[in-house]
Amino acid sequence: MEIFGIPSQALFGQLLIGLINGSFYALLSLGLAVIFGLLNIINFSHGAQYMLGAFVAYLGLNKLGVNYWVALVLTPFIVGASGVLIERTMLKQLYKLDHLYGLLLTFGLALIIQGLFRNEFGSSGMPYPVPEVFQGAFNTGFMFLPKYRAWVIVASLVVCLSTWYVIERTKLGGYLRAATENPSLVQAFGINVPRMITLTYGFGVGLAALAGVMAAPIYQVNPTMGADLIIVVFAVVVVGGMGSIMGAILTGFGLGLIEGLTKVFYPEASNVVIFVIMTIVLLIKPAGLFGTQK
Amino acid sequence: MSNAISASVSAKSSKHLWVAFAIMTVILAVAPMWVYPVFLMKVMCFALFASAFNLLLGFGGLLSFGHAMFMGSAGYVAAHSAKVWGLSPEICVLLGTMTSAVLALVVGLLAIRRQGIYFAMVTLAMAQMIYFICLQVPYTGGEDGLQGVPRGKLFGVLPLDNDLVMYFVVLAIFVAVFLAVVRIVYSPYGQVLKAIRENEPRAISLGYDVDRYKLLAFVLSTTIAGLAGSVKTVVLGFATLSDVHWSLSGEVVLMTLLGGMGTFAGPVVGAFTIIGLQNFLADRVGSWVTVIIGAIFVFCVIAFRKGIVGELLAWQQRRQAK
Repeated sequence: MEIFGIPSQALFGQLLIGLINGSFYALLSLGLAVIFGLLNIINFSHGAQYMLGAFVAYLGLNKLGVNYWVALVLTPFIVGASGVLIERTMLKQLYKLDHLYGLLLTFGLALIIQGLFRNEFGSSGMPYPVPEVFQGAFNTGFMFLPKYRAWVIVASLVVCLSTWYVIERTKLGGYLRAATENPSLVQAFGINVPRMITLTYGFGVGLAALAGVMAAPIYQVNPTMGADLIIVVFAVVVVGGMGSIMGAILTGFGLGLIEGLTKVFYPEASNVVIFVIMTIVLLIKPAGLFGTQK
Repeated sequence: MSNAISASVSAKSSKHLWVAFAIMTVILAVAPMWVYPVFLMKVMCFALFASAFNLLLGFGGLLSFGHAMFMGSAGYVAAHSAKVWGLSPEICVLLGTMTSAVLALVVGLLAIRRQGIYFAMVTLAMAQMIYFICLQVPYTGGEDGLQGVPRGKLFGVLPLDNDLVMYFVVLAIFVAVFLAVVRIVYSPYGQVLKAIRENEPRAISLGYDVDRYKLLAFVLSTTIAGLAGSVKTVVLGFATLSDVHWSLSGEVVLMTLLGGMGTFAGPVVGAFTIIGLQNFLADRVGSWVTVIIGAIFVFCVIAFRKGIVGELLAWQQRRQAK
């Protein structure tokens, strides 16, 4: 069977890879958007924290025998706690300054974290086995869908949509959005805004770590896995605009799919297609597809 | 990012500036007697690069996180025209610099549509796109880069293969561009740029076409960055992917921050410190260099935002105030 002269196996295969990449773009840009909303900081160490997530899972499995499911639940808390520590000790001092300092600080942190892991583990990738439940594949008739990949897409959709629900539809999310608009007013109502900021950063970092654990069985675990990814995610964020949670999710999945399609039709451009789209969006709608110009 | 800076561009400090400039030029003129000239030339190229970056960030308030794309692509063009087309070095440098300026015009037109943090992200993303293009097109030699670029004869007479001749050519370029940066900052244009940095809405309401001023600052800065990249290629004889990688874009931010953002001498001091440190550490600690660079970054942002030169100027002002 062929579609547009492309064997359907190849087409659906690349679309699936696109959807998988899109899941990670969505999870990461969601975390960036949540952090940016409240802290006004672009978290450059997001890629390093994603890598940390994968490494915590990898080390847990190989040193302590902790299985995938436990790692999936615990890792976001462990890495999130390190984020809380970073926020309390360092980021906190920068809120009164220009926002660019936050970008520079987290850039420095990313260099430290990635450098440390490269010294310890080298730069070659290490495999993380697919959990037993998800070994094998579904035969959908038109293609083979590996079970683990299906799980990643479903899980990241669930995480993204529940984050959206909590932020846009619950009282807690209401506080969060109010604090984004006007922190001092919310503080005056007796809500502990500094603690909310700390926990928000921890949550965003935890999301990155969760993405890291989910990525471990698909991509190999290696110290630079987040370094180039984060730049693509920045482009995703520029395309979507950071004002909207749903925008971040949709843009993430959408751009992942487009990247997958490019791999089928014009593979040479697949590395740059997201940046090209960013350029076009900047020309047409500078604030981003879902953003509002401040 | 500017509160630390405004003091440095006052009339009082301009006398110190000229004294410092004279000392720096004299030191650089005699330094090759003791220090390896190629190292000094590399430092001067990075000092130019950092000064160019500082023109944009320190005086224009625009943080570009993709400045490596200009240095690197200019270097590739210079290397290609020297090695493949066999052009003379002044033409190669000119072509490299022009490439950077044209690229800057395109990137700048897009990037200035967003402000602050978005500007940084857009420039970073653009630079990553250029990186992938350099990785894939056949002219750049892919992972190997372009090696063995001949230095040739400047204007057909000066033999640049002699390190000392090359050194004084680079020094002349360095001094000329340094003075040009000072001139730009003190010019009426530079003052408007400063006004935009301090308060953009006010500059708009005064009738300035802010975007054009920013775009010009971007193009000026990247033209110098391109010049630095082209000269560096001629000096070292190669152009590689690491010159267009994001880590170099980060390093130039660090040079400027560590030396002193918004001061003239700062980027020079910063470039010297960072390049010297990298040279010194490379044999001793190997891959720990990245960690150390990251740690200096964190330290500068948290506790040393004025940078070396900025702190010196502040210390001097406190002493005068007593």
